[in-house]
Parts: sequence; C-alpha cells; structure tokens
Amino acid sequence: MARLAQALSDSGEPPNGTPEKAARFVYTLVWGFARIFSVVALAIAWEVLARSGTFTPFQLPALSAVLERIWSDAVSGDLWINTALTLYRALTAFIICAIGGVLIGMAMSRNVFAHWFFDPIISVGFPMPKIAFLPVVILWLGVYDVSKITIIVIDAIFPVIAATVIAIQGVERELIWSARNMGANNRELLHQIILPAALPQILTGLQVALPLSLIVAVVAEMLMGGYGLGGAMMTASRFANSTSVFAGIVEIAAVGYVLVKVMALIRRRLLIWHEEATDKTA
Amino acid sequence: MKNFLIRYFPLVLLAIAWEVVARLELVSSSALPPLSDVITAGIDMIKDGELISNGAASLYRAGVGLALAIFVGGILGVAMAWWKPVNVLLAPLVEIFYPLPKSALIPVTVIWLGFGDGSKILLIFLGCMLPVTIGAFNGARSSEQVLVWSARSMGASRLRMLWDVVLPSAMPELLNGVRTALALSFILLVSSELIVAQKGFGYLIGSLGANGTYDAMYAVVLTVAFLGFAADRLYLNITKRTLAWRD
Repeated sequence: MARLAQALSDSGEPPNGTPEKAARFVYTLVWGFARIFSVVALAIAWEVLARSGTFTPFQLPALSAVLERIWSDAVSGDLWINTALTLYRALTAFIICAIGGVLIGMAMSRNVFAHWFFDPIISVGFPMPKIAFLPVVILWLGVYDVSKITIIVIDAIFPVIAATVIAIQGVERELIWSARNMGANNRELLHQIILPAALPQILTGLQVALPLSLIVAVVAEMLMGGYGLGGAMMTASRFANSTSVFAGIVEIAAVGYVLVKVMALIRRRLLIWHEEATDKTA
Repeated sequence: MKNFLIRYFPLVLLAIAWEVVARLELVSSSALPPLSDVITAGIDMIKDGELISNGAASLYRAGVGLALAIFVGGILGVAMAWWKPVNVLLAPLVEIFYPLPKSALIPVTVIWLGFGDGSKILLIFLGCMLPVTIGAFNGARSSEQVLVWSARSMGASRLRMLWDVVLPSAMPELLNGVRTALALSFILLVSSELIVAQKGFGYLIGSLGANGTYDAMYAVVLTVAFLGFAADRLYLNITKRTLAWRD
C-alpha cells in the first residue's frame, strides 16, 4: 500500500520550469481530479445502474438510498453503537496480539526451550485457516465478547509472533557486539538496541494483524450475533433488507480504511528516525 | 527423520496432553472429546463419503475462486504498472477496497448469487484478487530499468518486453501475493460456509456442532486446518522450483 501511495506521488511530481507556480497549481488540480475521478465515476455508475432498473432494488439499492440509510442510522445512534462494539472487540484483541505476540516472539529468540516448544506450533499454525476453530471456541466460551476476542487473537497473533522472531534474528550482530563491548547489560541491550532495530519488521507484522482482526471480528459477529457492524449486517440480511446490508459494507469499509491509515501514520511517527522515512524507493 | 521428530515433538506433546485431559475428564467430554475418538470419527466420515463429498465441494469453490483471482488480479497489477492511465484510474479504487474487511461481502454475494457455489466463488474471487494485484504491481514496477532499457535498445517490442523482462521480474512478488491470497481463500471459504451453505466443510462443521456430535466436528475442523497447512507447504515447494532460476 505504501508503495502504491508512493507510485501515486511519484507521478504527481510537479514539472520543473517557469512559470513554476502556475504549472504546479494546474498540475495539483489535474492530479487531484484524477485521483478522485474513478471513485466518483464508480459512485455515479452505481447510482445510474441502480436507477436504470437493470437490477431490482433488492439486488442493488441505489447509492443515495444507502447513504440515506447510513445517515438515519447515524442519527438514531445505532451506527455509533455498532461501530464502537466492533472496534472494541477488534482493537482489544489486536492489543492482546501485539503485546502477547511480541512477548512470545522475544521469548522464542532468547530462550532455547521456548523456541523448541513454540517453533513447530507457529510453523504449523500460521498457515492454518484458524477461523475453522470458531465453533470450538463457541463451544468452550459461549457467544459473548470473550469468545469473539479469543477467536480474533487466535487468528491475528501468528503474524505478530513470526514477524518478531524474524525481526530479532535480523538485527545486525555488529550492533549487538558493539553495545556489549560498551558495557550494556541484557536489559539495556534489549531496550536500546534489539527492540528499536527490530521495530520496522514488528510493525509490518502488526500491519498484517490489524486488518485480519477486523476481518475476523466481522465474521465472528455475523456468526454469533450480539450487534456490532457484522451482526447488524447479518440481521439485515435475514430480513432481506438489502439497503442495510449495503450500508453495512460502506460502514465497514470506512472503518477498515481509517484503521489502516491510522496504523500507517503511527508507523511513520515511530520510525521517523529510520531511513525508510526518507527513502523514496521503500 | 530423527530431526523431524525432535522438531515436531511439541506437537506430539500437545496431542498426548489432549488425550490425557479428555480421558481423565478434566473438562467435560462434550467440550473436548478424546483425540482418539476424534480420529475414529474422522475415519468413519471418510468411509461413508461424507467428508470427501463435502471436501470436494469446498475445494472446488476455493480452487475456481482463487484461479479467477490470480488470473484477473495478475493482469490488473501488471497493467497498472505498465500503463500509466490504467494506474491513474485504478489505484484510487484499489486503495479504497484493499482495507475493506472482505468478510463484509458475504451477505452481498448471497444476495446476488444465492446460497450455492456461485456466491462462494464470487466472494473468494473478490477477496483474493487485490493481494495478487498489489503483488503483481509492486513486482512489475520494480523490474530493473537497466534491463528494460537494454531490451528496448536491442529492439524488443513493448509486448515482447512485457513478456520477457517485466513478467519474470514481477514473479517473486506476484507469487508472494498469491500466497497471501491462498491463505485468505481458506479463511473466506470456511467463514462463508459456516454462515450460509448447504454443503462444504464449513457447513459440515456447523451442522455437526448443532447436532452435538462434537468428535466428528473436531475431526472436520482438524481436516480443514491440516488442508490449509498442506496447501501452503505445497505452494511454497512449487514456488521454490519456479524461482530456481533466480540466484
């Protein structure tokens, strides 16, 4: 995604030459228009297609109707309650994954026994479709928030552990040796050398885990009910209320978009010292 | 073989712990049937064909959806990297739809195509396409300019260059994107079948769980988990062969 944005801004560089200011202005204008052009075109195509009668309103409700539904959900407050519930479940699980995953990953790279025990579990468990364990989790923990958060953690913790292990393995030996040479103890070594040096890759793991938590949160809500954006969509679908189903997609898409953007922002802030912040090709 | 055993011994430990905990009834046997019962139930289901017919339905859906996603996604990604107008048009759409949690599309695909194969194939196709597109895009964009220039100076046509230079150098990242898509296809398959289906692994898990035949349900869950794992390993082996020409 970062590369995609990079590609966009690469080709968006203003041309050199005089009068530079005017050219830059026109370029920004054209570029800005090009960026939103296809999104607007898609929205218009949706509206036109829906109104043309090619599809029944059940198959494809008009965009305006969907937006109206979102607006009325927002006014009645349902939208905020559902969004807050979904976010609460996904983010609680994500934080558990972030802390637990980094801790397990650190333990694996520092302790031979931990490595011996967890390594096969990670290498077998990572590629498994863990969502299949959802009925088992329901059987054990019921259908409330605890089991939803548990299944999200089961799904999203593996990328974090794997990224942490690989990141710590990849820390340059010279860095560690010189720190040791200058008298750093284990604790200082971990806090001042290993973790910062491993941070970029750990963050990459977290950037995989975050959308995954949202995907699983939505599935869990669809299956177990209990409100949330996914639960609301499923209820709407049972009552053949397709306008609300489409409204649900737009809402979930918006939440996903914002979360991914915020995470990228956090990455940029945390890694401001790192060369990737200035590196154009990264 | 010995190394293999030592390496995977923790898994054996877990299996033994499962059996012991279940046999001693430390947890109720409906919540955790003994592993041996689960295996017997699995073998029974293979014998009466239930597991195989449902499994075939699931793998068919995942296979078709994934194949479509790789085909369309790969073409889109390379086209975006190769022709700027395509990039200008599609990049904003990709940027918007990529973070969409794909599971949100489950009810919509049902509205469009009903409860059968079509809706699952469409869901897997839509969900898996973008990771492939982005892999192909990044790969094709990163093909070395020097190679492109030298191919051009030797008189290669644009299409020839696409085929001989850009595609091979896009391969590693494209294949990486396909790996993500492979994992995603299993997730989407199982979750959509759990929610609405009349056959397939997810349906089987759901209906067995609803009947309370938990040993059989565990057997199907383990089968799906194992298949996902095996598919990933198989894929890794194939890509290693395909990319043997690099370094």
